[in-house]
Amino acid sequence: MSPDNIFEGANEVSDDEANSDERKLGYGAAVVETMAQIMREDESVFVAGEDVGAHGGVFGYFRGLQPEFGEDRVVDTPIAEQAIIGLGIGSAVQGLRPVVDLMFMDFICVAMDQIVNQAAKLKYMFGGGAKLPLTITTAGGAGLSAAAQHSQSLEAMLCHVPGLKVAMPSDAYEVKGLLTACVREDNPTVFIINKRKLADTCHVPEELFEIPLGEGHIVREGSDVTVVAIGRMVDEAKGAAEKLSDEGIDCELINPRTVQPLDIDLIVESVSKTGHLVIVHEAVRFGGIGAEIAAQIQEQAFDYLDAPIERVAAPFSPIPFSPVLEKQYIPDVERIVAGIKNLF
Amino acid sequence: MEITDEILIDLYKRMVRVRLFEEEAGRLAESARLPGFLHLYVGEEAVASGVCAALENQDQITSTHRGHGHLLAKGGDFNRMMAELMGKSTGYCNGKGGSMHICDLDLAMLGANGIVGAGVPISVGAAFANKLTNNGLISVAFFGDGATNIGAFHEAANMAAALSLPMLFVCENNEYAEYSPRHKTMAITDVIERAAAYGFPGAIVDGMDAVAVFEATSLAIEKIRNGEGPMMLECKTYRFYDHVGVKGTASNYRTDEEVEEMRKRDPLVVHETRLIDSGVMDAESIQAIKDEIQKEVDMSVEFAENSPFPELEDMLVDVYTNGESS
Repeated sequence: MSPDNIFEGANEVSDDEANSDERKLGYGAAVVETMAQIMREDESVFVAGEDVGAHGGVFGYFRGLQPEFGEDRVVDTPIAEQAIIGLGIGSAVQGLRPVVDLMFMDFICVAMDQIVNQAAKLKYMFGGGAKLPLTITTAGGAGLSAAAQHSQSLEAMLCHVPGLKVAMPSDAYEVKGLLTACVREDNPTVFIINKRKLADTCHVPEELFEIPLGEGHIVREGSDVTVVAIGRMVDEAKGAAEKLSDEGIDCELINPRTVQPLDIDLIVESVSKTGHLVIVHEAVRFGGIGAEIAAQIQEQAFDYLDAPIERVAAPFSPIPFSPVLEKQYIPDVERIVAGIKNLF
Repeated sequence: MEITDEILIDLYKRMVRVRLFEEEAGRLAESARLPGFLHLYVGEEAVASGVCAALENQDQITSTHRGHGHLLAKGGDFNRMMAELMGKSTGYCNGKGGSMHICDLDLAMLGANGIVGAGVPISVGAAFANKLTNNGLISVAFFGDGATNIGAFHEAANMAAALSLPMLFVCENNEYAEYSPRHKTMAITDVIERAAAYGFPGAIVDGMDAVAVFEATSLAIEKIRNGEGPMMLECKTYRFYDHVGVKGTASNYRTDEEVEEMRKRDPLVVHETRLIDSGVMDAESIQAIKDEIQKEVDMSVEFAENSPFPELEDMLVDVYTNGESS
């Protein structure tokens, strides 16, 4: 399946959806709609990256922007990740509000100096004088047999760097709310688009709205165990919670929505109620965001814990190509169910 | 173009400001009164002075780890710079950046940079903003010969050319990448050969002569402001002191004789000779300029030493705009 095929159908509304009162929109289509609305209201916003113009991005999530906003504001760049981020930094310092795209999240590694040593630190190093309203969009996540250089979830690396904010929308509603917040934010943000979610639809308001960065969301209330799931893993954790409710385990599912800043208060509050914590992410377990959450929970809610904290995450290997191996690699409903059951 | 007496005097003052401040900073570093690394610009003053004198006030520059000279040549403030070198709260960066991150956004100086070559892509971004907003400004990236071996430089040069951005690339070729001579780090003699590969014109300039740099820059930026896309100057210059600090011990990467030979082409002396020979200034008025600027430098040391260090609770301030660090 090529990236283009994944996106097909995301703009289409099924008969059922068309008949429903609530307007539904695809995850990838939500990026396009949000960007178009923001660019209409704010002339300082522009998009730049590889293939974002005529082609609309390899995943199509910028499709239709260049015809409306022109080549000056939807800019095809060379394959040059460092210069793409530099383009964003320099223009942001000059007062523009760039959205620069790095296509696959794996490619942030090519641009690490510009992201980590420049964008994240300029404001601080300059004594506060600079503002950096820069948004970096990039597609993360496994599940397409795209192998080890096109599938990673590297959010923990970014969260470790003071100065950056990192958003991981789990559905189209969050795409719109978080992307709007990121673009309007005066700090550098990384907006991680999950490429397996591109065609999934859900209710999304027509008008622009913001989901505040750093505010998590209780997806499902429950009393027995707190499950914190990140990005696409929210879907898998929902499935696990439904299964377990049949077996009498009542899960409270929390989606942090952003991993930097991290809404630890929401998780502490939930754990104080449930006494159990399971953290689910696609990234490898070692040094993942789950490690940070576990550490903070033992600092802040140790007395409430009735069992060790469980992490359901990827094993410590590069992401394998073969569909058989990759399926085994990515956490899914079954593994989350097993992880939760470990606590009881 | 006509080089007026006014321009000649302006170029001289810019160079003296850089030279005297830097010599003072070097002395302070040697006597352990400055923390951290200090990369001196002494010997290369004609480049920053010649370029900055040709720019409009709001044309942006990005700089290098050897960045004091660029900011001073653009009109930077002695007090705030000296205070920053000492890590004081009154410094350009409130004491949080230091020598390698000196910046002055009001003067459109977008920062020195501790990563070789990293300022060049940022300059591309400023140039892009100039083009998109059609503000008539140009962006200038200063970088060394060594930086042209780095991927970021290549990406930035190619992108500036592909997008036809209003940007001037200024290579300060001082013949050494830190402690390694140019001939060991690249197989070409003139860095300017690289400009052709990106499709923009360039010229070699005597980087020890402020007038030559000023003239070349003026010609280039006229074309760039006309929308002709980026250009590059390779200014052949020389670093009188070591990569870091003043003079290293037991270092034989270059000979004292070579340094002495180059010092005969000291850009300040070259320019003083010109001023006197052309009757623009006499030795006495030249000395008066130096005395006046030295007084300002001395005052900046006093200002910096009497300034407070940052408060410890300032540690987490300005990690983010409008927010606390987590």
